[in-house]
Amino acid sequence: MTVEQAVFLFTSALILFSGFMMVTRRNLVHAALYLIVALFGVAVIFVLLEAGFLAVVQVLVYIGAIAILMIFAVMLTRGDISKEQEPVNADFGWALMLAALFCFGLIILIGQWPAVNSQAPALSAETDTVFELGSALVSPDAYVIPFEVASVLLLAALIGALVVARPHKKSK
Amino acid sequence: MIPLSWYLFLAAGLFSLGLYGVLARKNAIAILMGVELMLNAVNINIVAFWRYLTPGNVGGQAFAVMVFAVAAAEVAVGLALVISVYRRRKTVAADEINLMKW
Repeated sequence: MTVEQAVFLFTSALILFSGFMMVTRRNLVHAALYLIVALFGVAVIFVLLEAGFLAVVQVLVYIGAIAILMIFAVMLTRGDISKEQEPVNADFGWALMLAALFCFGLIILIGQWPAVNSQAPALSAETDTVFELGSALVSPDAYVIPFEVASVLLLAALIGALVVARPHKKSK
Repeated sequence: MIPLSWYLFLAAGLFSLGLYGVLARKNAIAILMGVELMLNAVNINIVAFWRYLTPGNVGGQAFAVMVFAVAAAEVAVGLALVISVYRRRKTVAADEINLMKW
Protein backbone atom coordinates (compact mmCIF):
# COMPACT_ATOMS: atom_id res chain seq x y z
CA MET A 1 0.00 0.00 0.00
CA THR A 2 1.42 3.32 -1.00
CA VAL A 3 1.31 6.49 1.05
CA GLU A 4 -1.36 7.95 -1.26
CA GLN A 5 -3.61 4.95 -0.70
CA ALA A 6 -3.17 5.16 3.06
CA VAL A 7 -4.00 8.87 3.03
CA PHE A 8 -7.01 8.22 0.83
CA LEU A 9 -8.34 5.41 3.03
CA PHE A 10 -7.87 7.41 6.22
CA THR A 11 -9.49 10.51 4.72
CA SER A 12 -12.47 8.66 3.28
CA ALA A 13 -13.05 6.86 6.58
CA LEU A 14 -12.96 10.27 8.27
CA ILE A 15 -15.37 11.78 5.71
CA LEU A 16 -17.87 8.95 5.95
CA PHE A 17 -17.66 8.86 9.76
CA SER A 18 -18.24 12.62 10.06
CA GLY A 19 -21.01 12.47 7.48
CA PHE A 20 -22.70 9.74 9.50
CA MET A 21 -22.28 11.67 12.73
CA MET A 22 -23.60 14.81 10.99
CA VAL A 23 -26.87 13.22 9.94
CA THR A 24 -27.44 11.50 13.29
CA ARG A 25 -26.47 14.11 15.91
CA ARG A 26 -29.32 15.71 17.79
CA ASN A 27 -27.37 18.86 18.63
CA LEU A 28 -27.16 20.89 15.43
CA VAL A 29 -23.99 22.74 16.46
CA HIS A 30 -22.23 19.38 16.76
CA ALA A 31 -23.69 18.40 13.39
CA ALA A 32 -22.28 21.58 11.84
CA LEU A 33 -18.84 20.87 13.34
CA TYR A 34 -18.91 17.34 11.88
CA LEU A 35 -19.92 18.93 8.57
CA ILE A 36 -16.75 21.03 8.74
CA VAL A 37 -14.65 17.90 9.31
CA ALA A 38 -16.27 16.20 6.31
CA LEU A 39 -15.74 19.27 4.10
CA PHE A 40 -12.09 19.43 5.14
CA GLY A 41 -11.73 15.75 4.22
CA VAL A 42 -13.14 16.52 0.78
CA ALA A 43 -10.48 19.25 0.44
CA VAL A 44 -7.83 16.59 1.16
CA ILE A 45 -9.41 14.40 -1.53
CA PHE A 46 -9.09 17.30 -3.98
CA VAL A 47 -5.40 17.56 -3.11
CA LEU A 48 -5.01 13.83 -3.83
CA LEU A 49 -6.69 14.43 -7.20
CA GLU A 50 -4.14 17.19 -7.94
CA ALA A 51 -6.81 19.90 -8.05
CA GLY A 52 -5.06 22.30 -5.71
CA PHE A 53 -7.15 25.33 -6.60
CA LEU A 54 -10.36 23.47 -5.81
CA ALA A 55 -8.93 22.33 -2.47
CA VAL A 56 -8.21 25.94 -1.51
CA VAL A 57 -11.63 27.08 -2.71
CA GLN A 58 -13.22 24.22 -0.78
CA VAL A 59 -11.65 25.44 2.45
CA LEU A 60 -12.43 29.10 1.71
CA VAL A 61 -15.97 28.79 0.41
CA TYR A 62 -17.32 25.71 2.12
CA ILE A 63 -15.64 25.86 5.52
CA GLY A 64 -15.04 29.61 5.63
CA ALA A 65 -18.42 30.76 4.35
CA ILE A 66 -21.04 28.04 4.09
CA ALA A 67 -20.33 26.12 7.30
CA ILE A 68 -19.99 29.35 9.29
CA LEU A 69 -23.28 30.56 7.80
CA MET A 70 -24.85 27.27 8.89
CA ILE A 71 -23.59 27.76 12.45
CA PHE A 72 -24.96 31.32 12.48
CA ALA A 73 -28.35 30.07 11.29
CA VAL A 74 -28.34 27.30 13.92
CA MET A 75 -27.65 29.84 16.64
CA LEU A 76 -30.25 32.32 15.33
CA THR A 77 -32.93 29.63 15.45
CA ARG A 78 -31.72 28.12 18.69
CA GLY A 79 -34.93 28.55 20.65
CA ASP A 80 -36.43 25.69 18.71
CA ILE A 81 -33.70 23.12 19.28
CA SER A 82 -34.46 22.37 22.91
CA LYS A 83 -38.09 21.78 21.99
CA GLU A 84 -37.12 19.37 19.26
CA GLN A 85 -37.47 15.98 20.89
CA GLU A 86 -36.67 13.73 17.97
CA PRO A 87 -34.05 14.70 15.36
CA VAL A 88 -35.66 12.59 12.65
CA ASN A 89 -39.19 12.66 11.29
CA ALA A 90 -41.68 9.80 11.42
CA ASP A 91 -40.75 8.42 8.01
CA PHE A 92 -37.05 8.03 8.72
CA GLY A 93 -37.24 4.26 8.20
CA TRP A 94 -38.23 4.81 4.60
CA ALA A 95 -35.46 7.37 4.22
CA LEU A 96 -32.92 4.90 5.64
CA MET A 97 -34.12 2.16 3.31
CA LEU A 98 -34.08 4.45 0.27
CA ALA A 99 -30.60 5.77 1.05
CA ALA A 100 -29.23 2.24 1.64
CA LEU A 101 -30.84 0.95 -1.57
CA PHE A 102 -29.44 3.94 -3.46
CA CYS A 103 -25.96 3.31 -2.06
CA PHE A 104 -26.01 -0.40 -2.95
CA GLY A 105 -27.39 0.35 -6.42
CA LEU A 106 -24.61 2.86 -7.05
CA ILE A 107 -21.94 0.45 -5.80
CA ILE A 108 -23.24 -2.34 -8.06
CA LEU A 109 -23.43 0.02 -11.03
CA ILE A 110 -19.89 1.30 -10.42
CA GLY A 111 -18.61 -2.27 -10.10
CA GLN A 112 -20.06 -3.21 -13.49
CA TRP A 113 -18.48 -0.28 -15.31
CA PRO A 114 -15.41 -1.47 -17.29
CA ALA A 115 -13.24 1.66 -16.93
CA VAL A 116 -13.56 1.62 -13.17
CA ASN A 117 -10.08 0.38 -12.32
CA SER A 118 -8.28 2.79 -14.61
CA GLN A 119 -5.28 4.56 -13.16
CA ALA A 120 -4.74 8.28 -13.36
CA PRO A 121 -2.66 9.30 -16.38
CA ALA A 122 0.35 11.29 -15.31
CA LEU A 123 0.00 15.03 -15.73
CA SER A 124 2.80 16.29 -17.92
CA ALA A 125 5.35 18.33 -16.04
CA GLU A 126 4.78 21.61 -17.87
CA THR A 127 0.97 21.66 -17.51
CA ASP A 128 -0.12 24.09 -14.82
CA THR A 129 -3.75 23.18 -14.09
CA VAL A 130 -4.39 26.35 -12.07
CA PHE A 131 -3.15 28.48 -14.97
CA GLU A 132 -5.24 26.47 -17.45
CA LEU A 133 -8.34 26.73 -15.28
CA GLY A 134 -7.89 30.45 -14.84
CA SER A 135 -7.50 31.14 -18.53
CA ALA A 136 -10.39 28.79 -19.41
CA LEU A 137 -12.69 30.66 -17.02
CA VAL A 138 -12.12 34.02 -18.74
CA SER A 139 -11.51 32.88 -22.31
CA PRO A 140 -14.36 33.70 -24.74
CA ASP A 141 -14.14 30.31 -26.47
CA ALA A 142 -14.23 28.40 -23.18
CA TYR A 143 -16.20 29.16 -20.02
CA VAL A 144 -16.54 32.94 -19.79
CA ILE A 145 -20.34 32.91 -20.14
CA PRO A 146 -20.95 30.36 -17.33
CA PHE A 147 -18.45 32.31 -15.25
CA GLU A 148 -20.33 35.60 -15.72
CA VAL A 149 -23.71 33.93 -15.24
CA ALA A 150 -22.41 32.49 -11.96
CA SER A 151 -21.54 36.00 -10.75
CA VAL A 152 -25.03 37.24 -11.70
CA LEU A 153 -26.48 34.23 -9.85
CA LEU A 154 -24.45 35.08 -6.75
CA LEU A 155 -25.60 38.70 -6.88
CA ALA A 156 -29.23 37.59 -7.28
CA ALA A 157 -28.82 35.19 -4.36
CA LEU A 158 -27.31 37.98 -2.24
CA ILE A 159 -30.17 40.39 -2.93
CA GLY A 160 -32.77 37.61 -2.68
CA ALA A 161 -31.44 36.46 0.69
CA LEU A 162 -31.52 40.05 1.98
CA VAL A 163 -35.11 40.54 0.81
CA VAL A 164 -36.30 37.21 2.17
CA ALA A 165 -34.64 37.54 5.58
CA ARG A 166 -35.63 41.19 6.10
CA PRO A 167 -37.84 41.63 9.17
CA HIS A 168 -41.52 41.59 8.38
CA LYS A 169 -43.34 44.83 9.20
CA LYS A 170 -46.09 43.15 11.19
CA SER A 171 -43.70 41.17 13.35
CA LYS A 172 -42.15 44.30 14.84
CA MET B 1 -1.81 4.44 -7.10
CA ILE B 2 -5.47 4.88 -6.30
CA PRO B 3 -7.94 3.38 -8.80
CA LEU B 4 -10.83 5.53 -9.97
CA SER B 5 -13.34 3.20 -8.32
CA TRP B 6 -12.24 4.21 -4.82
CA TYR B 7 -13.26 7.81 -5.44
CA LEU B 8 -16.56 6.68 -6.94
CA PHE B 9 -17.31 4.46 -3.94
CA LEU B 10 -16.47 7.27 -1.53
CA ALA B 11 -18.74 9.65 -3.46
CA ALA B 12 -21.55 7.07 -3.53
CA GLY B 13 -21.35 6.62 0.24
CA LEU B 14 -21.20 10.35 0.90
CA PHE B 15 -24.13 11.02 -1.44
CA SER B 16 -26.24 8.36 0.28
CA LEU B 17 -25.45 9.82 3.71
CA GLY B 18 -26.54 13.22 2.44
CA LEU B 19 -29.68 11.72 0.92
CA TYR B 20 -30.55 10.12 4.26
CA GLY B 21 -29.97 13.43 6.01
CA VAL B 22 -32.22 15.30 3.58
CA LEU B 23 -35.03 12.75 3.79
CA ALA B 24 -34.93 11.93 7.48
CA ARG B 25 -33.94 15.05 9.41
CA LYS B 26 -36.63 17.22 10.90
CA ASN B 27 -34.71 20.47 11.20
CA ALA B 28 -34.62 22.52 7.99
CA ILE B 29 -31.00 23.57 8.62
CA ALA B 30 -29.98 19.92 8.96
CA ILE B 31 -31.69 19.27 5.62
CA LEU B 32 -29.57 22.01 4.04
CA MET B 33 -26.45 20.38 5.55
CA GLY B 34 -27.46 17.12 3.88
CA VAL B 35 -27.72 18.95 0.55
CA GLU B 36 -24.18 20.22 1.09
CA LEU B 37 -22.92 16.66 1.60
CA MET B 38 -24.60 15.58 -1.64
CA LEU B 39 -23.08 18.49 -3.57
CA ASN B 40 -19.66 17.56 -2.20
CA ALA B 41 -20.09 13.96 -3.33
CA VAL B 42 -20.96 15.23 -6.81
CA ASN B 43 -17.86 17.43 -6.80
CA ILE B 44 -15.62 14.50 -5.84
CA ASN B 45 -17.04 12.59 -8.81
CA ILE B 46 -16.57 15.50 -11.22
CA VAL B 47 -12.97 16.11 -10.19
CA ALA B 48 -12.15 12.37 -10.17
CA PHE B 49 -13.51 11.95 -13.69
CA TRP B 50 -11.57 15.01 -14.80
CA ARG B 51 -8.33 13.67 -13.35
CA TYR B 52 -8.70 10.08 -14.58
CA LEU B 53 -10.46 10.38 -17.94
CA THR B 54 -9.89 13.85 -19.40
CA PRO B 55 -6.96 15.50 -17.60
CA GLY B 56 -6.18 17.62 -20.65
CA ASN B 57 -9.59 19.33 -20.59
CA VAL B 58 -10.10 21.74 -17.70
CA GLY B 59 -13.89 21.63 -18.18
CA GLY B 60 -14.19 19.24 -15.24
CA GLN B 61 -12.56 21.69 -12.85
CA ALA B 62 -14.51 24.61 -14.33
CA PHE B 63 -17.74 22.70 -13.73
CA ALA B 64 -16.71 22.02 -10.12
CA VAL B 65 -16.15 25.77 -9.66
CA MET B 66 -19.71 26.37 -10.95
CA VAL B 67 -20.99 23.84 -8.41
CA PHE B 68 -19.25 25.84 -5.68
CA ALA B 69 -20.98 29.04 -6.82
CA VAL B 70 -24.39 27.38 -7.03
CA ALA B 71 -23.90 25.79 -3.60
CA ALA B 72 -23.04 29.16 -2.08
CA ALA B 73 -26.12 30.77 -3.64
CA GLU B 74 -28.32 27.87 -2.56
CA VAL B 75 -27.21 27.95 1.06
CA ALA B 76 -27.55 31.75 1.30
CA VAL B 77 -31.12 31.75 0.01
CA GLY B 78 -32.03 28.57 1.92
CA LEU B 79 -30.81 29.90 5.26
CA ALA B 80 -32.55 33.24 4.62
CA LEU B 81 -35.79 31.32 4.06
CA VAL B 82 -35.25 29.29 7.24
CA ILE B 83 -34.58 32.42 9.30
CA SER B 84 -37.61 34.16 7.79
CA VAL B 85 -39.83 31.15 8.57
CA TYR B 86 -38.42 30.97 12.10
CA ARG B 87 -39.18 34.65 12.65
CA ARG B 88 -42.85 34.21 11.67
CA ARG B 89 -43.67 30.71 12.88
CA LYS B 90 -41.12 30.16 15.70
CA THR B 91 -40.21 26.77 14.24
CA VAL B 92 -37.62 25.30 11.90
CA ALA B 93 -39.09 21.79 11.83
CA ALA B 94 -39.69 20.97 8.19
CA ASP B 95 -42.87 18.96 8.83
CA GLU B 96 -44.48 21.85 10.68
CA ILE B 97 -43.95 24.24 7.76
CA ASN B 98 -46.95 22.89 5.85
CA LEU B 99 -48.90 25.99 4.83
CA MET B 100 -48.50 25.17 1.14
CA LYS B 101 -48.97 21.42 1.58
CA TRP B 102 -51.82 20.06 -0.48
